[in-house]
Amino acid sequence: MTANILAAAAALITFGFVFFLLRRGALREKYAVLWLFFSGAALFFALSPGTLEWLSRVLGVAQPVNLLFFVTVLLLVLVSVQLSYELSRHEMRIRRLAEEVALLRDEINQDRQERDGN
Amino acid sequence: MNVLPLSIVQSQKFLIAIPAWNEAGSIASVVASVQKHRPDADILVVNDGSTDLTAQEALKTGARVVSLPFNVGVGGAMRTAFLYAQREGYLALVQVDADGQHDPADLDRLLEGLKESDIVVGTRFHPESMYFVGGPRRWAMVLLSKALSWMNKGTISDPTSGFRSAGPKAIELFAIEYPADYLGDTVGSLAIAIRQGLVIHEAPVTMYFRQVGRPSKNALWSALYLGRATLAILATGLKANRTPREEAS
Repeated sequence: MTANILAAAAALITFGFVFFLLRRGALREKYAVLWLFFSGAALFFALSPGTLEWLSRVLGVAQPVNLLFFVTVLLLVLVSVQLSYELSRHEMRIRRLAEEVALLRDEINQDRQERDGN
Repeated sequence: MNVLPLSIVQSQKFLIAIPAWNEAGSIASVVASVQKHRPDADILVVNDGSTDLTAQEALKTGARVVSLPFNVGVGGAMRTAFLYAQREGYLALVQVDADGQHDPADLDRLLEGLKESDIVVGTRFHPESMYFVGGPRRWAMVLLSKALSWMNKGTISDPTSGFRSAGPKAIELFAIEYPADYLGDTVGSLAIAIRQGLVIHEAPVTMYFRQVGRPSKNALWSALYLGRATLAILATGLKANRTPREEAS
């Protein structure tokens, strides 16, 4: 029972923290929704251990805890891959912007020199 | 706007692109030696976020200098050069390293080769070459060369050479896609070009040993080097053949 209370508290804190970040505009909705959903689900399973046990039985997992860990790890891996994807895309975009900035700055310099020269 | 007339005037010209990262000590002499050998050349120095006086030194020589806001690597610097070449309507671009490894006397041969091909890679490995590499580093280079030559169905004996020229087709391609990863700027870019069906030839060039920062030659380094090079080739080979939409601006 104590374990359930602990889990529920952790889920609540996560939910609250993400909600706080979202309100401050520090987190974009698309990421916030994900974490809110995760902590919401964690809270639900903490408060109703029966559901987890029922699910494990249906899926043929002997220990409900193993199902919990498996799903959690899977979800975290998926999120990490998704973040790597976003990061790669941003690095590519930033590089492209840096290249554009370099060329634009050069163009401005040339124009300025031309104008001052005439 | 005088964009159109300018590009017509310049269409007969070629661009020498020199990517430079903290090369204040050698950039001026490299530009000067290119100018001495080919007074007709337009020279673009791409200052890749240097923290020393590279840009100022390059400006003194009268070369055009484009400065990236931070260091993006040779691949990024070269794509900037290719973008510039494409927008200004150049039909040929020759890449020359800023550290003085390359001999401008070979420029003619690299430009001449573009008549029959889209890319000419200057190779250090030929009978008259003074360049020597040994040990694991050599094996790594040979393996890379074999892989790319097989892909190309024609010999590329020195795929990591940064002394190379590009014709109009290659300029169009590289202005859109030029890898910035380690070895992407040399090996990876060739793999992309081969995939797009560009014709790649090679020409013998002289290369001097770099004065500073001698590359390490131990086995571990070579293994890592090979691994990353293989990754660079595989990444290109496995990439879906898409038109890079969001990169194309």
